Amino acid sequence: MSLLPNIIFAILIFSGLGLFTRNVRKLRRNINLGKDVDTSGNTKLRWINMLKIALGQGKMVRRPIAGILHIIVYLGFVIINIEVLEIIIDGFFGTHRIFSGIGPIYGVLIGAFEVLALLVFVSVIIFWFRRNMVNIKRFMSSEMNGWPKLDGNLILYFEIVLMALFITMNAADIEFQSSNNGNIISQFLAPIFEGMNVNIIERVAWWMHIVGIIIFLNYLYYSKHLHILLAFPNTYFGSVKPKGFLNNVESITNEVKLMMDPEVDPYATNSTEDVNTPDKFGASDVLDLNWVQLLNAYTCTECGRCTSECPANQTGKKLSPRKIMMDTRDRLVEVGKNIDSNNGEFKLDGIQLLGDYITNEEIWACTSCNACVEACPISIDPLSIILEMRRYLVMEQSAAPMELNNMMSNIENNGAPWPYNQMDRLNWKN
Amino acid sequence: MSDVLKVPTMAELIATGKQPEILFWVGCAGSFDDRARKITKAFVRLLNKAKVDFAVLGTEESCTGDPAKRTGNEFLFQMQAVSNIEVLNSYNVEKIVTACPHCFNTLKNEYSSLGGDYKVMHHTQFLKSLLDEGRLAIEGGKFKGKRITFHDPCFLGRANDIYEAPRDLIKKLDAELVEMKNCRKKGLCCGAGGAQMFKDAESGDKEINIERTEQAMQVKPEIIAAGCPFCNTMMTDGVKNKAEGQIEVMDVAELIANASDL
Repeated sequence: MSLLPNIIFAILIFSGLGLFTRNVRKLRRNINLGKDVDTSGNTKLRWINMLKIALGQGKMVRRPIAGILHIIVYLGFVIINIEVLEIIIDGFFGTHRIFSGIGPIYGVLIGAFEVLALLVFVSVIIFWFRRNMVNIKRFMSSEMNGWPKLDGNLILYFEIVLMALFITMNAADIEFQSSNNGNIISQFLAPIFEGMNVNIIERVAWWMHIVGIIIFLNYLYYSKHLHILLAFPNTYFGSVKPKGFLNNVESITNEVKLMMDPEVDPYATNSTEDVNTPDKFGASDVLDLNWVQLLNAYTCTECGRCTSECPANQTGKKLSPRKIMMDTRDRLVEVGKNIDSNNGEFKLDGIQLLGDYITNEEIWACTSCNACVEACPISIDPLSIILEMRRYLVMEQSAAPMELNNMMSNIENNGAPWPYNQMDRLNWKN
Repeated sequence: MSDVLKVPTMAELIATGKQPEILFWVGCAGSFDDRARKITKAFVRLLNKAKVDFAVLGTEESCTGDPAKRTGNEFLFQMQAVSNIEVLNSYNVEKIVTACPHCFNTLKNEYSSLGGDYKVMHHTQFLKSLLDEGRLAIEGGKFKGKRITFHDPCFLGRANDIYEAPRDLIKKLDAELVEMKNCRKKGLCCGAGGAQMFKDAESGDKEINIERTEQAMQVKPEIIAAGCPFCNTMMTDGVKNKAEGQIEVMDVAELIANASDL
């Protein structure tokens, strides 16, 4: 037999993995464009979070229908991919079902894969109906128009096709069918191919299956489907503090302490300038955010649980936490492309995340209630990005709504958000 | 009604060489807002009844900086924080109790890295500990059998995972605690957080407090219990709009105090 199929297979696998590696590098570079943030400590808790939330899908089942279907697809994805190991060995060495020699255990494994494949197939079809036929509000928001909707459907089509090919490849495999070892589902399909050239059907299904997997792998980079990889680091690096905690900006702490310190020499020249004075307070663009926030943006799979729990969104305001994450990611992708086409350097393009993607109106509608943070099944924190933008609006642009400026000057002048005298603080007891 | 409230200040106590068991952090709403002042008084009546050795900062207290921080004014927040910490540390304060979840969250979570490390409790947690330790008893069954629903304040619940203390207190009243569809982790905000209390809402098709009031009305409560002066204001407004005269909005401390006719 010629070695041609083996060579084509090797080229396919290596170029597929090569392309994927290149994309992962770009992803890493883009995420690392974010500012540094301290994620040290709490290693044990972080591992537990990752195991519970990402690996264990702990938060998915809070919405039982979507959650259970998702767990089926997730388990199917992880377990059926064991089969890819056999496919790869067969492809490289021209063998056929190399592991079938292990006997009954092989049947148990393939049988389990077939059952899972059927379950995934059915779940994904239900997902498709939920996205396209059932009027589920979180899939209908305006930020889902166009590419996000198509992206969501393409992923489902990929999975439907891959599962169908897997079962077909088993059903059309005469040897496998006659061994009757693990063909739990495919035996019912096998009769369909009677009288046809099953060998060709089997080969075509086998090749399309592995080609499909390679294409799907490389589709990830362009898709919300990245969550299947990034959910793991994202849950690891997610906050380990109470949700109510918002970070204290360190550079401001230094300034405030200097201001309050009676020992400071008022005539000293500005020697503190070099000691971590930020060029900007808050964030107006993705490069002002930290890398965990950028990782969050790439991890978001646009499920919309955050938005559906958001009190502002529920009452018709423009704010949608999911849109905040999608905008952040889209802008980051744009910045990444800018860097690619300018020999590794970012050229100012006159576009900013705040203003061009996200409006002030959205930012000011947030009640900081943490419903979005609580709702996210993979530890994304839209609130921290909203806060950074408020910081920019207030400390760089003095652009807070009038009433908030009044509130703040009250705090400054009399230590309360209302215009009452601090000396009257104890009057309530009379 | 008991006699005059005993409200010693930190300055008075320290002058006599005493250190109180707790500092009661009243907060801006509790000090100035007419409705919230009633909550403050109810809580102090309970403290007096349980003979808790406490003090307030009085005129030395100032805004924790929460609304400034959540507006984005980190400078103002830290100025407030650092000066409050200076006052608190000068009195060697170790334990703080407050009836405002916003003050609670800020004092507990955001002051420590600025030099203010305190054990901070929400008043519902503290009242529960008083009951558990037998220092306070609920007498009289004024709320027996009443349908009460508890509105989770975001800054107590989601922000700090405290869901049970206020509920345990309500159950001790022999009241019928009914839960809204969205409660605990899924509790809907009243609309006041993140400094929204101090501004008009962005345009939309509904006010958040109306939405929340409607959610509460679905379980037909006689009383909506709150644990936050801002939630209290928002829910009171909501009730005025939707169910005037049918539902009362009360703080958990008021329920406990009123049950014993304090």
